[in-house]
Amino acid sequence: MEALMEGLMGNVDWAEIGWASWDTLIMVGMSLLFSVLIGLPVGVLLFLFGKRQLLEQPVAYAVLSFVVNVLRSVPFIILLIVMIPFTVMLIGTSLGVAGAIPPLVAGGAPFFARLVETSLREVDRGIIEATQAMGANVRQIVFGALLPEALPGLIAGITVTAITLVSYAAMSGVIGGGGLGDLAIRFGYQRFQTDVMVITVALLVIFVQILQMVGDRLVLYFSRK
Amino acid sequence: MIVFDQVQKSYQVKGQAIPALQPTSMTIETGEIFGIVGHSGAGKSTLVRLINLLEPPTSGRILIDDENITDYSPAELRAFRRKVGMIFQHFNLLSSKTVADNIAFPMKLAGIYSQQEIRDRVDELLKRVSLADQASKYPSQLSGGQKQRVGIARALACRPTILLCDEATSALDPQTTQSVLRLLADINKELGLTIVLITHEMDVVRRVCDRVAVMDAGEVVEMGKVSDVFLHPKHPTTRDFVFESEHIDHEDMQRDLAKAKGRILRLTFRGESTYTPLLGSVARESGVDFSILSGRIDHIKDTPYGQLTLSLVGGDLDLAMNALKAADVHVEVLR
Repeated sequence: MEALMEGLMGNVDWAEIGWASWDTLIMVGMSLLFSVLIGLPVGVLLFLFGKRQLLEQPVAYAVLSFVVNVLRSVPFIILLIVMIPFTVMLIGTSLGVAGAIPPLVAGGAPFFARLVETSLREVDRGIIEATQAMGANVRQIVFGALLPEALPGLIAGITVTAITLVSYAAMSGVIGGGGLGDLAIRFGYQRFQTDVMVITVALLVIFVQILQMVGDRLVLYFSRK
Repeated sequence: MIVFDQVQKSYQVKGQAIPALQPTSMTIETGEIFGIVGHSGAGKSTLVRLINLLEPPTSGRILIDDENITDYSPAELRAFRRKVGMIFQHFNLLSSKTVADNIAFPMKLAGIYSQQEIRDRVDELLKRVSLADQASKYPSQLSGGQKQRVGIARALACRPTILLCDEATSALDPQTTQSVLRLLADINKELGLTIVLITHEMDVVRRVCDRVAVMDAGEVVEMGKVSDVFLHPKHPTTRDFVFESEHIDHEDMQRDLAKAKGRILRLTFRGESTYTPLLGSVARESGVDFSILSGRIDHIKDTPYGQLTLSLVGGDLDLAMNALKAADVHVEVLR
């Protein structure tokens, strides 16, 4: 049995796999955190500035929407390269786990912002009207009514963003980003170690499955409709 | 007192002004239940939303207790809105909050109540709308009538002086409608609260309102005490609404009247005269024979009324009519 394993997985350095998995976890976790921190307010503003909404601002909406669209339309692999000088400026290096986080956020935040905008639009206008009729200001409407009502949608959005970031994080291996993607490229692709490739892919699949499952559970838990 | 002074509202659609409310002046008295009836698109939703400025008027003044609310700053307007409760056709409860939290919501937004005050008030209101045992449920677990009662409790939380009802019973079945209307009437009596109620059902107006305005195409076409407007409608739109609520088919009625012989009178009894055994005695004394062509006996708010269409043959018609008029019956000669 051991011999069989040795034969099939001769190239696999399990410690290395462990570290790479941890790096991926950190990259996805950190970039998800910043994507939500930036994407949520941007999404709320997109919603509020939109047509016939509380703070209708056609110019501000157009500008914000344009920036989001630009970031979203650049293929992530290009974004990774374009971001290199900026990343170096921001944290001193474009390599490793830390170097991968800025481009991941640049890809994840606008993506999440759009999802936030969409889920806020799904909130019944009558609820906004009722809250307004109670004498609420815009801040109270956003925090007291809109965000709590949109919570299941927001959680689903976070889940989708997290999964997108898993694949983006793997891609960042191309420019030396670290994590499972880096492992797959350096060993699986460049050194033809198919067993390493299979393991990394399997781990990524498991990771995505877990994210989706947890996300779905949370959505269900917070849905009161 | 709510005073509309030449209030007009139009919407800008593609650079064109679409009128929603023609210049309107009217007064809603403190403590009354004022109904606004009209078909959808008649402008009644706009009219009710002008009272808490969810829709700002294009021109004109709206005075509430002698204060021009159209002059309010945003902060003043928010403070004012806390004194105006509102309930909606689709309830508009927050699905993410429990019944108790929904009722507490406007008090929390106001930011001037202590935790204890909010808890006490919520308990009191839950009891008032008979939902004390549903406090920790979510709106999706309630029936329509229960949701509307939560809506009413929520609207009352900050002790408003005005309650706006936007088609509050239109999504409810007849029985639930009845109980919600009764609750509104009770609240009006207990709290002396002014209620402005919009509806497309004349029946709702008949059951609870003191006065009514009938709207058609952005215009108030008839206004007055419910008993006057309901029993003696003048404008064609009002007549349609009354017929509709009485399930009277206008053409059928005309056909029936054409078949009848003699004079045709419509008698309207109001209040105590409804219970007086008048017709028999009048017929005996004047020697007139009558047959009832159509009739209805019901209540307008708390006042009983009867309205009968009779054909009269033979005898002394003038004597009969005078006797009826002497007994406070409104007599209308239809033919």
